[in-house]
Amino acid sequence: MSEERSGASILVESLVKQGVEFVFGYPGGAVLPIYDALFGDERLRHILVRHEAGAAHAAEGYARSTGKPGIVLVTSGPGATNAITGIADAYMDSIPMVVITGQVPTGLIGSDAFQEADTVGISRHCTKHNYLVKDPADLAAIVDEAFQIATTGRPGPVLIDIPKDVQIAMATWSDGPIQRKQRYSPRTEGTPDEIARAVAMLANAKAPVFYTGGGVINSGPRATALLRELQAKTGAAVTSTLMGLGAFPADHADWLGMLGMHGTFEANMAMNQADLIVCVGARFDDRVTGRLDAFAPNSEKIHIDIDRASINKTVPVDLPIIGDCATVLDQMLAEWGTRKGQDLTGWKARIDGWRERKSLAYPANAEAIMPQLAIERLYELTKSKAPVISTEVGQHQMWAAQYFPFFKPNKWLTSGGLGTMGYGLPAAIGAQCGNPDSLVIDIAGDASIQMNIQELGTATQYRLPVKVFILNNEWMGMVRQWQELTYESRYSNSYSDSLPDFVKLAEAYGWKGIRIENESELDAGIQAMIDHPGPVIVDCLVHKETNCFPMIPSGAAHTDMILYGDSVAGTMDDEAKALV
Amino acid sequence: MMHIQHEAEERHVLTVTVDNEAGILAKIAGLFTARGYNIDSLTVADITDNHSVSRITIVTHGPRSQIDQIHAQLERLVPVHKVVDLTEVGPHVARELALVKVAGIGEKRVEALRIADVFRARPVDTTTESFIFEMTGAPDKIDSFVALMRDLGLVEVGRTGIVAMARGPEEA
Repeated sequence: MSEERSGASILVESLVKQGVEFVFGYPGGAVLPIYDALFGDERLRHILVRHEAGAAHAAEGYARSTGKPGIVLVTSGPGATNAITGIADAYMDSIPMVVITGQVPTGLIGSDAFQEADTVGISRHCTKHNYLVKDPADLAAIVDEAFQIATTGRPGPVLIDIPKDVQIAMATWSDGPIQRKQRYSPRTEGTPDEIARAVAMLANAKAPVFYTGGGVINSGPRATALLRELQAKTGAAVTSTLMGLGAFPADHADWLGMLGMHGTFEANMAMNQADLIVCVGARFDDRVTGRLDAFAPNSEKIHIDIDRASINKTVPVDLPIIGDCATVLDQMLAEWGTRKGQDLTGWKARIDGWRERKSLAYPANAEAIMPQLAIERLYELTKSKAPVISTEVGQHQMWAAQYFPFFKPNKWLTSGGLGTMGYGLPAAIGAQCGNPDSLVIDIAGDASIQMNIQELGTATQYRLPVKVFILNNEWMGMVRQWQELTYESRYSNSYSDSLPDFVKLAEAYGWKGIRIENESELDAGIQAMIDHPGPVIVDCLVHKETNCFPMIPSGAAHTDMILYGDSVAGTMDDEAKALV
Repeated sequence: MMHIQHEAEERHVLTVTVDNEAGILAKIAGLFTARGYNIDSLTVADITDNHSVSRITIVTHGPRSQIDQIHAQLERLVPVHKVVDLTEVGPHVARELALVKVAGIGEKRVEALRIADVFRARPVDTTTESFIFEMTGAPDKIDSFVALMRDLGLVEVGRTGIVAMARGPEEA
């Protein structure tokens, strides 16, 4: 079938063809033709957010929790610029996303027209690819390529900027296969030689560690299964980045916990002492490596990554394998066969020694709820429901990563690379759309939650029963912690003054509000949150000055962790201060 | 006290074949600024009959690891077909075109013309008191010619930046 249709109609048909269920968006002048094409169309469900940043983060939450690309639809100018933070966030964390932005009509581009912004220019370095559509006849092919680019290789956001006249103009549309140039074909497999070398290195290692990242999650559930299988054959210890949590079960005997700045003592010590590090879908981020010249000094390194630009970017490796995590792990398993690795008893005993430091132990407090305890109770009371957890950014995020164990992929949604406060609530909304029967909880801080608080209204409108669990310590806790440790407790602008009454705020939006003020109310408050069928804010008042440990201070090595009970100088030299 | 450290740097010539689409030059130039890489020169022109593909020659300098990153970062841009590090590949020809305007009369004018002849620079415009010389060559040859013209009435210089290609029968 072939017929004349408007650009807006071709766009909608193209989205339907890609299997899109949800569009997270906000209307405006330059996308009115698209909104008109959506009107009454039952095939796409539009979720009206309250701010375009919310649309982008909701799309991220949807994508991360379902494995499908998230779709954003916003208008030109401020619509597009408001979405940029979420797009940059998706770019850093490799989240598949397709963003449709309206643009002023072609004839007005460059004239400083009303609500005009150079969206393609602004988004150039925070998208995997972007397009300015000049002819509706190109739209079907562009949308098709955009989805391929967003979802294959290293996933990421792709933006399509469509001028208003292109949305209205007619072009021939056919429901047949799309004719376009195939110009994007990322490498997915390791070479037989690379696989053979990797397996030989693994079989000879006496102190091996798998260092896994978000790439394992992005590669899909098969990668998770294959990682577990290869680990079982080799017996290697496993640690993960913030983004990779859930790929390996947190109750496994060989699980070391998260590594890096707020990682466990055993994970960081194992990285430091390993003779072989197999990096699977992670990128040697500065939060992971600490001081580069002291990072894993005695190890050989294998790096499996689908993005060639991630190889040797900060840490030189001995064997790079460019490919998809699942495919390469599968190849390695086939090559491993019935091989037997080295005896790892000695290595495991050393790891057990590091575990004995109990780096996640924290002091009890009779007066106030310790934030770590709040997370542990939240986990205990919700674990039977295998909840999806999102977070904002800061101390609460690290405590969630440390004290809330994960066993499956796609259950953990957090802003890792960009570190965007305000991510968690809209991400939870997106995740709830994609997982209507799941318990979805945003673990938040009192400061972060206010960054996209307007999205409470979105959850109300669509009857989304998301839960927001605020660890309220009346501080931008991580900023306060850094000021304590590096600026001799000069708390410049980090106190959360004039906080709203979160319970009343919840009620104002039609949510249920619960306040937990002391430990005796903790379990009952969490249970009431779970039992309420609609959306709930829990304002959990926690100990105000608790710091997040363990911590590798910026510029320090993995072996220089600060643990609870260590004395901290409260200042640092300029080299350390210059690091983020 | 903190001081900024510098690493040893290398100069590399890269050729980049790209889809000739809107914004591609901004994308590549912007990649260099966004990631803190250097551009010494950049030339671009389409090289196919239907104007669909362009070849960009970039001269850059930086630490070895950064050059490798530049290569990888360029390669992962969707409209980029191929990146060749000619400095890495081996012997290659690098040429640049310059237009050099020199004004003067008498002995200086004669000397300018004589030196231009030595450098195989061709006058492409002449008045009774000036020349525009056109010359192609390796950049250091152009540097030398321009330096000599300084004393002989140099008015202005325009240079294209380098275009380069690997030696031998094969495509690099």
